[in-house]
Amino acid sequence: MSERISDETIEYVGILAKLELSQEEKEQAKIDMGRMLDYIDKLNELDTSGVEPMSHIFPVHNVFREDTVTNGDDSQNMLANAPEKKNGAFKVPKTVE
Amino acid sequence: MSILSLTAVQLGQKIKEKKISVREAVEASQEQIEKLDSTLHCYVTTDAKKALEQAGHIQKKIDEGTLTGPLAGVPVALKDNLCTEGMLTTCSSDILGNFVPTYTAEAVRNLERQGAVILGKTNMDEFAMGSTTETSAYGITRNPWNTDHVPGGSSGGSCAAVAAGECFYALGSDTGGSIRQPSSFCGVTGIKPTYGTVSRYGLIAYGSSLDQIGPVGKDVADCAAILEAIASYDKKDSTSVKRESYDFTSALVDDVKGMKIGIPRDYLGEGLDPEVKSAVLSAAKTLEEKGACVEEFDLSLVEYAIPAYYVIASAEASSNLSRFDGVKYGYRTKEYDGLHSMYKKSRSEGFGPEVKRRIMLGSFVLSSGYYDAYYLKALRTKALIKQAFDKAFQKYDLILGPVAPTTAPKLGKSLADPLKMYLGDIYTISVNLAGLPGMSVPCGTDSKGLPIGLQLIGDCFQEKKIIRAAYAFEQTRSYEGPNLDRVKGGEEA
Repeated sequence: MSERISDETIEYVGILAKLELSQEEKEQAKIDMGRMLDYIDKLNELDTSGVEPMSHIFPVHNVFREDTVTNGDDSQNMLANAPEKKNGAFKVPKTVE
Repeated sequence: MSILSLTAVQLGQKIKEKKISVREAVEASQEQIEKLDSTLHCYVTTDAKKALEQAGHIQKKIDEGTLTGPLAGVPVALKDNLCTEGMLTTCSSDILGNFVPTYTAEAVRNLERQGAVILGKTNMDEFAMGSTTETSAYGITRNPWNTDHVPGGSSGGSCAAVAAGECFYALGSDTGGSIRQPSSFCGVTGIKPTYGTVSRYGLIAYGSSLDQIGPVGKDVADCAAILEAIASYDKKDSTSVKRESYDFTSALVDDVKGMKIGIPRDYLGEGLDPEVKSAVLSAAKTLEEKGACVEEFDLSLVEYAIPAYYVIASAEASSNLSRFDGVKYGYRTKEYDGLHSMYKKSRSEGFGPEVKRRIMLGSFVLSSGYYDAYYLKALRTKALIKQAFDKAFQKYDLILGPVAPTTAPKLGKSLADPLKMYLGDIYTISVNLAGLPGMSVPCGTDSKGLPIGLQLIGDCFQEKKIIRAAYAFEQTRSYEGPNLDRVKGGEEA
């Protein structure tokens, strides 16, 4: 069984992913991620030297347009699904003391 | 002949001829939902009243002659990751359990312009992550052919609804096979179009470089008509492609003479169920008898598609799903200590296990120190896979193979071993990596009576070749639906 994922790595990935895992979930995540990475290591059989990473199938170009406003501020719609709102803004917990 | 036995295009024609009213069509679907959906659970949300109101408006426009398209008045079901203004859109996740969009996805708007009546939203794997529709936060969907089996996924609700007559057609989305595989398992027809053909505006993103919306219907003619209705160039989707032509229905021609079809030998090897293999090869023989040149060839790199896919899709998912933070929409945890605690607890309580698994993997492969070894390696592999297809399409008009290695597995057998479940995507996943169009067409049933799907893959923008071959094949067999009298029995079993 793979031991490649340490407790520190799971903690670190949890911070990146903004997920709070229980001890049980962390142990399971170590196993699941280890197994997937063992499997993904199959890619190392392939010689990809000199191959450019392909993020898009078709050539993607920047598209420019005039910076003209075509819509309203739409703030009512933006806020329609907010869990909490106040004075036309999203309300979040206090972040600065 | 009952209304429910009609295809979407046949129904559209009868509505146009005033032989069936839009209301009658909507009511027929709703009665079927009433009768079967407590067992099958294809839908997560329906709005019977709204659909009947819509039916009235659309009937008026048809009568006035302002709506004349082939799908005017035909009732549709939408996968629940397509935003619909004023109608709950959950992605089958608790984190979006209360999300009512204030705008409608472009593909759905295109259908509305054609006079579609929306019956409701269909069940799916949570955020489209899964192959069985069992990761939904709102319960499983059952396969109408045998209710002890899964419908496939992630568009399982859409495909099961079409097979069960709970709608006349549906939209799904396909990131690694999520239209084609459940179409195969439910004995219906589905297309994953060339990347960029259907606008992704309003599709809740999973793996943005792979996601495409596509049609699910009873037959090839339906799929061609639906694709023609939903495909469009859209400025709101930065990867939308302006195609030379949006005509797909003119490809409904029963002629494959001289068409060159390649079967990848790599698709017929270990792991493929012998009954699936035999049905697929017999379909190939049929096309050969109709004049196509069919031969086997080596595609290569097939076994590298799944690992590359899970790196790329998870990486994109970890980025895309960072928007669910309990601030702008969706679920917010009740108790928290400061902003970061609110983020973490909202996400941890709102996402299910499979979604968390992929966000964790994606965050890992994008993290500094691993980015080159995993993420860039996967993108380099994707380039090689694309090259392998390019080479194949220099020689062949189409690639033919199975959709999935097996027919629909039994409920409850897949989620315990995620890696094994992922391997079931082996024949569909590389199509998404290479941005190609692919189609699933029914080609028989196995000894358990479960449907088998034939996959046809074309080069980019060659949907018409796929449609032509699929149509020609379909002419040799009649549409076979499930025996729905058995559905209630499955519930008792």
